[in-house]
Order: sequence, then C-alpha cells, then structure tokens
Amino acid sequence: MSEKEIWVIAEYGDEGIKKSTWEVVTAAKELAGHLKVKPVGVILGNGIERFAEELSRELESVYFIEHPLLSKYDSNAYVSSLYSLIKDKKPDIIIVSATFRGKDYIPMLSAKLDCGLISDCVGFDAKDTILFKRAVYGGRLIATFKFEESELWIVTVRPRCFEYKRTETIKGEILQVKPVLGQQDIMTAIQEIIKETTNRPDLSEADIIVSGGRGMKGAENFKLLEEMADVLGGAVSASRAVVDSGWLPHTYQIGQTGRVVSPMLYIACGISGAPQHLAGMSTSKCIVAINKDPNAPIFKIADYGIVDDLFKVVPVLIKELKS
Amino acid sequence: MKIVVCVKEVPDTAIALKVKSDSPEIETENIPWVINPYDEYAIEEALRLREKFDGDITVITFGAERAESVLKSCIALGSDRSIRINDKSVKDRDSLVTSKILARVIQNIGYDIILCGKESVDYGYAQTGQMIAELLQIPCISAIKKLEIPALTIEATCHREIEGGLEVVKCSLPSVFTAQKGLNVPRYASLSGIMKAKKTKIETLEPDALDLNTFDFKPKIKITNLSYPPKRQEGKIIHGTLPDTAKELLRSLKEARYI
Ligand SMILES: Cc1cc2nc3c(=O)[nH]c(=O)nc-3n(C[C@H](O)[C@H](O)[C@H](O)COP(=O)(O)OP(=O)(O)OC[C@H]3O[C@@H](n4cnc5c(N)ncnc54)[C@H](O)[C@@H]3O)c2cc1C
Ligand SMILES: Nc1ncnc2c1ncn2[C@@H]1O[C@H](COP(=O)(O)O)[C@@H](O)[C@H]1O
Repeated sequence: MSEKEIWVIAEYGDEGIKKSTWEVVTAAKELAGHLKVKPVGVILGNGIERFAEELSRELESVYFIEHPLLSKYDSNAYVSSLYSLIKDKKPDIIIVSATFRGKDYIPMLSAKLDCGLISDCVGFDAKDTILFKRAVYGGRLIATFKFEESELWIVTVRPRCFEYKRTETIKGEILQVKPVLGQQDIMTAIQEIIKETTNRPDLSEADIIVSGGRGMKGAENFKLLEEMADVLGGAVSASRAVVDSGWLPHTYQIGQTGRVVSPMLYIACGISGAPQHLAGMSTSKCIVAINKDPNAPIFKIADYGIVDDLFKVVPVLIKELKS
Repeated sequence: MKIVVCVKEVPDTAIALKVKSDSPEIETENIPWVINPYDEYAIEEALRLREKFDGDITVITFGAERAESVLKSCIALGSDRSIRINDKSVKDRDSLVTSKILARVIQNIGYDIILCGKESVDYGYAQTGQMIAELLQIPCISAIKKLEIPALTIEATCHREIEGGLEVVKCSLPSVFTAQKGLNVPRYASLSGIMKAKKTKIETLEPDALDLNTFDFKPKIKITNLSYPPKRQEGKIIHGTLPDTAKELLRSLKEARYI
C-alpha cells in the first residue's frame, strides 16, 4: 500500500525558495506527524532544477512538474497540472502559503476538485481531528474550522505564523512530472512585473516594521521612519489615514483593508490604534507605540509605550541606534 | 457589455462583536450592516465600464432579506438589475457552496465581466471570485488595482498586487476580476439615485429553483468554535523624559532580543 501524503506546493523567486514556503514545510511536517502521512514537496515551472533540489534538502520526495508553459505563472495552467497529479497520486492534504499567488490559484483548484479549503490559517490544534484556526472579523475573533466530508483537504497558511525550523539534512528524491498542457490551458498572461524600488524587505517577510500614522503630519516626514527602518533592517508601513492623505501608496497600508503582517517588532508612530488598523498588526510579537496622547487605544495592546512627541522621540532613537 | 457584480453585506467593522453562547456565531441583533468595503470598488468599476461601453449592470447577493439594503445602495449608485438569492434554506455553507449558487445564477443572467471584492471582511476567505471563475471555466485575475479595457477589444490588462510589487496581467473576456483597494475611488449616490432605489423592486430567487445537485449544497468545511483572541497583555508605558525614555525602550528591546 502506498503511503498517504501531505503536499507542500512551493513558491520561489529569483533568490530561491521563498521563506513563506519554508514556513509551510515546517507546518506540513508537524501535521504529517499528527496525521501519519509523508510530507512531500511539489514545485511547478520550467528550467528550475536548482529550486527543486533546494526543496529536496528538506523533503524526502519532491514532484517537479516541468513544462515550458509553466515558465510564467498562470493560475489555470497551475490548476490543470496539479489537478492531473492529484487525481493520480491522491494526496490526503495540500498545504500552501497564503501569499498573493497562493490565494489566487488555490480557490480555483479547490473548486475544480470539489473539495474543502480552509484559507489563511494562523495555527492548528491536533484533537480527534485537526482543527484549523483562522482570524475572522478583522482579527477580533478567532474561529476554529474542521473539514467535513472532503476527500482532500486544502489549507493555506498565513505567512509568518509558523517558524521555519531548518534541518536540511537529507537529499530527497526528485520525481519528474511532465504535465499535458497546451496553449488552450493558458488563460492569463503576465506581461511584466513591476518591482518596488526599495532595498527594504517586503512587509510579509520583514522582522521589524516601522509604521507611521496621521501623526506623521506629511509625506516628507516619512524620511524619519525610513531612516529608523534602515538602521534596524526593517520595512516601513502606514495607517489608512496616511494612504488616504496620499502620503504613501496603498501597498504600504496595514489593516483590514490593507496588508496583514506579524513581524517580531512593530513600531507604531503617531497611530491611534483603530480596530481596523489593529486587524492588520495585532499578531506582531512585540508592539511599540509612540504617541503623544496617553489615551490612544494603541497603548492598550502595546508591549512598550512612550507618551511623547514622535518628532522628538524618533530622532533620539535613531541616534542611539547608530551609536 | 453585460456586467455582473457580486456583493455581500457584512457587519460594520468598527463595532464590538458578541459571540453567541450556544453556537459559533455572532449576535446579529441590532448591529449595523454595511456593504463589504471591497465590493464598493467592484461596483464603482462596473459603473465606469458601463459609462465607457454602455450595457447593463446586474448586482447579486446571496443572503438574508436584510441584505436587500446593500442591493438598494447599489441601485442608488446606478446599477440596473438587482437579484437576491435567499439564503434561508442553505443554513450551513462554505465559499464553494456560495460560489456554485452564484455561478449558476450568473450563468443564467449572461456576462462579459464579473466583478467581486478581493475578500469579504467578515470571514476573510478571499475565495469566491476565483471559485466562480473556475466553475464557469473562465479566467480570473484576483486583487486587481487597475483594469484597462481598450475600446472595442476583448482583452483586459490588469495590475495585480503581489509581494514587493505589481504584476501586469492580460486576459481575454469574459473574465472574473476581484477588486483590491486602490482600484478606484467609489462615488457617492445621488439624491435621485436614492429616490429611485426606494421604488425599485428587488428580484428574489430560491436556491432550490437553480437546478443544482443536492450534493452541491453540502459544505466541506465547518466552524466548530468562535472565540475572542487571547488578550494581549497591556504593556508598560515608559515614564520619564527624553532621552531616558528612548534609551530605556532600546534597552528593553535589546534584552528581549527584538533588535
Ligand atoms: C471599512 C473601513 C476599513 C478601514 N481599514 C483600515 C485599514 O486597513 N488600516 C487602517 O489603518 N485604518 C483603516 N480604517 C480607518 C481607521 O478606522 C482609522 O481611521 C485609521 O486607522 C486612523 O489612522 P491613524 O491612527 O493614523 O490616524 P488618527 O486616528 O488620526 O491618529 C493619529 C494619532 O497620532 C497621534 N499624534 C499626532 N501627532 C503626534 C505627534 N507629533 N507625536 C506623537 N503622536 C502624535 C495622535 O495622538 C493620534 O493618536 C478603516 C476604516 C473603515 C471604515
Ligand atoms: N453571499 C455572497 N453573495 C454575493 N457575493 C458574495 C457572497 N460571498 C462572497 N461574495 C463575493 O465574493 C467576494 C469575496 O468573498 P470571500 O470569498 O467570502 O472573501 C466578496 O467581496 C463578494 O464580491
């Protein structure tokens, strides 16, 4: 009898396998222990042997789905290729990081397979069955979900909710898979990728985030936060008030209608702490608030607070950090 | 151009929520409901497309009678036809059940473009638009911040958000797009629109009439518990004056190895 499998579908960039995928590998290994299944990697693309090999340092087996039509991401080509392999190998569970890409094609895969999908999980509990935890209502409530009758379980996990525990001790086998794909399977075409021109880490991967609110008073003052972020090796973000004022583009917005982040350290400068803002950052490990209003709600959830003028505090912090 | 917009009502995001004591649901008595914020971008984009290409906009929701107020607000903005699929007989449901029902109704209406929100801010699944596309066998581009359809072509170009940048993606029509914040700035309803909304009747459909398999109504995931997240420990305010407060903060952060 062949062993049951849990699949991790990998995501990669120019620099290799993404950190968010490694977090999922850790989560998959934990789940594999509870469910007595074998963790297996899956990677799709063309001419990416090196990434398949990188993945196989953590996983005993890796399916490498290779096809010229997979050299660029297309949701439909991903779904078609995965669909055939799933029908063939019948994994028990598939787990993927809830990145923009994961969120894009995974719901299609679940609809095509007619199976259950629990998206954006922040953790799980192993009881009689596995219970998956998700943040709902903008993080103000936590819901536990389980699968009902579903032959295959598909789960996506929020980045940074599992910590990657590197083992890299093995050299797993790489199993080549040649999907049958034709031009008719390609529904979208990526023309170009416009990268942000910044040397700072992406918000979903940053360990430290320095965030500014309306208290920053204007776009020009964000130089201050950028400077602090750069000494800390962190990223810069903002509240919606900042984005609505046109000081920074929407990609910087944290909160219910922006990005959801969980860095090790979140430093909120001149942010009041509205529930919609907290929805995006309240799972940060450590929260620091700098606000001149002692009654600002942000202090209710901050680990450390300084009640003072941020334009006085931040320069001192930068100076001290540099010395 | 036939445009279909899917909208959902959600509890106002600013209010405090109470969990029912006997089931994993929130108390819904006397709480304010609003249109899902991302759906506002979807409806605005539909209005702009109609201004450019003519055609009509059908707005649909799968929900309770209360949700008709969300459809009314879309009529006030200028939508042409409004359909509510009654959710009373489908108590337990997941996104796939919702998508199957919406997809069937959309199929009956006919479509060139289907617009959804990127996600609903209550349960935050971020699945429905993509599932509808798969069920209808058409392309989907999710979380778009820009939609360009040059005159008289049947191709769309979108900007979609990804980590650390944007993807410029093309697809043919018909297609599903899910709206991310930044796609547009929604307009306000006009007074005449609001008057019109009062008079317009909303069509209601029963899911049973949709010729779906009973199996299609079975949810594949289920909520078992709903609770408040563990309270964060209220932290400490660092008292004193600068530069002592700043130094003390950095000392604490270093000690805890955050920096
Ligand atoms: C549907 C919906 C969705 C939303 N989504 C989001 C979202 O995704 N993200 C989000 O952030 N918000 C969101 N909001 C908005 C949210 O309700 C708040 O309005 C917003 O977060 C406020 O931003 P702020 O804290 O920067 O500004 P304010 O609330 O105006 O706070 C500014 C703070 O700066 C302090 N301050 C001023 N000057 C100084 C100084 N010199 N030094 C120190 N402190 C100073 C003030 O004391 C104050 O506390 C949403 C709202 C709605 C209705
Ligand atoms: N019950 C519903 N009725 C109509 N549209 C819905 C419904 N649920 C979800 N949608 C649409 O799908 C989008 C994404 O929702 P979700 O997948 O629930 O996060 C929403 O923004 C709506 O456009």
